[in-house]
Amino acid sequence: MSIVYERPHVLTDEQFTFCGGCGHGIINRLIGEIIEEEHLEEKTILVWPIGCSVYSDKYYNVDSICALHGRAPALATGIKRALPENMVLVYQGDGDMVSEGMAEIVHAAIRGEKFSVIFVNNAIYGMTGGQMAPTTLMGQKTTTSPYGRSDENAGKPLPMAEFISNIAGCYYSERVTLTGPANVRKTKAAIKKAIHNQLEGKGLSFVEVLSPCPTGWNMKPVKAMEWIETNMLDMYPLGVFKDLDKEAE
Amino acid sequence: MGEKVFMQGNEAFAEAAIRSGCRYFFGYPITPSSEMPEYFAKKAPSEGLTFIQAETEVSAFNMIAGVAATGKRGMTATSGPGFSLGCEAMSYMSAAGLPSVVVYVMRPGPADGDILASQGDYFQMVKGGGHGDYNNIVLAPYSVQEFADCAPLAFELAEKYRNPVIVASDGMLSKMMENVVLPDRTEGPGEFEGCVNGAKGREHNVITTCATGPQQWEQFNLALQSKFAQIRDNEQRWECYNTEDADIIIVAFGTVARIALTTIKIARENGLKVGMIRPITLWPFPVKAFEGLTGKEFFVSELNAGQMVEDVKLAVNDNERVHFYGRLGGITPTPQELYEEIVKQCKH
Repeated sequence: MSIVYERPHVLTDEQFTFCGGCGHGIINRLIGEIIEEEHLEEKTILVWPIGCSVYSDKYYNVDSICALHGRAPALATGIKRALPENMVLVYQGDGDMVSEGMAEIVHAAIRGEKFSVIFVNNAIYGMTGGQMAPTTLMGQKTTTSPYGRSDENAGKPLPMAEFISNIAGCYYSERVTLTGPANVRKTKAAIKKAIHNQLEGKGLSFVEVLSPCPTGWNMKPVKAMEWIETNMLDMYPLGVFKDLDKEAE
Repeated sequence: MGEKVFMQGNEAFAEAAIRSGCRYFFGYPITPSSEMPEYFAKKAPSEGLTFIQAETEVSAFNMIAGVAATGKRGMTATSGPGFSLGCEAMSYMSAAGLPSVVVYVMRPGPADGDILASQGDYFQMVKGGGHGDYNNIVLAPYSVQEFADCAPLAFELAEKYRNPVIVASDGMLSKMMENVVLPDRTEGPGEFEGCVNGAKGREHNVITTCATGPQQWEQFNLALQSKFAQIRDNEQRWECYNTEDADIIIVAFGTVARIALTTIKIARENGLKVGMIRPITLWPFPVKAFEGLTGKEFFVSELNAGQMVEDVKLAVNDNERVHFYGRLGGITPTPQELYEEIVKQCKH
């Protein structure tokens, strides 16, 4: 009997503590698969944020460091500049990146830092209990926008993948999602490409993943997946917004 | 023996840091510290350094935290407004055990303030600044020579205790030029047990300051406190001047100690037996320097409204014998002014 599917060895025996139906578990597994397939166990340094993935350092048999809220791109800048041969992967949520750490990610892109960034966009603050994020959709109800996000009070959501792609130091920017096996495969391919770019010494690579938060959205997991398709894709269309490999061809 | 040169305080420290194996400087320009980033930027190609002008001090401090996490030597330099932004990362580096060096060039605050000499940031450096129960090791040189000597010492202490070290300068010490013997070239260890540089031929390492529950977090905090207790026991540094026969002992650090050396002469010419204790470590505060000095009066002078004087009172444990005189706004007192104030306040 041959094994066709198993838990990546790069993952520890720790159980993921994400909520049922949360997208972080899928993305965390994909990272494990890629590290293993690319034989990067001895080269990888994972930089974790403050947010739902704050304990992800426990899930991997590779070096990890947990940053201060929003500061992961600055911490990663120090690490990657000191160890340019290593693979440095930054993982951030929308509150961490787009609110607390906007300066850090934008300037890392301006400098063209040669690390890869996974940005998990679930349009809400998951860990702190479902508050409004800069990525929260217009009219979306959260605990701090109980009557729905209004333009007058909070402005409009920011599409990060497009925004970062406009910065000269960004080498590659793509938005993907997790709704169904085809999209999960595309997410894996995008993360893999971002990591390859880094290993080839190219500028900042950015992968935005639209990810369900059934707990924060107060929905069943299946409904949350549907909600991405019906509500998020208008504001956050999928696709590649920049790929300097393609532009060079 | 190192090379003797005539150099400005900020540049002397930067050169001494480079000679101590510091290869990374991340900083945001702010007067009166800007010659340090400028020096690293200028020397980057010839010395093989990495210099980044960070977008904010928030980022600069987190960048040096990143370098420190890999085991390499990195530093930043700033002044009050910038250090306030860096305090979050100071708390993080102390908790995470990340050895880094920060030069704090004090200028008169609060808020935007001015750019001359001040010591108004004593509390911020010594009592924490950031959140939680933690301490910075704080070195306070009073000459360009001692400032430069603090560079290798700061990295050694940071690595020995896995804690950030602040070198406290001010608008006068940083900007003045003096003869200085530069330190010999040394290199840091380049890594430490638990650093993150890729799990090659070893178990993987994790650096995190996130609690997993009150029991675990109390144990984490107790381990931190034992680190601080060890530093308190081992690293108190100070210098005494004419304290044996003195009736009155000036307590001053940095620029004020420099001025007070002349005050001691003036006082003694006028028949007043004055000496001085000059704390070199502000944290740990050199309480040992005050042991056995019964019956003496203490005259604390600072460029602030009275900050270190609180630590002197704790060390002396007799408020009646502790006097204070401070100047604010960037004004430095003259030696004669300090002498007259001693005569006015002290009972001897």
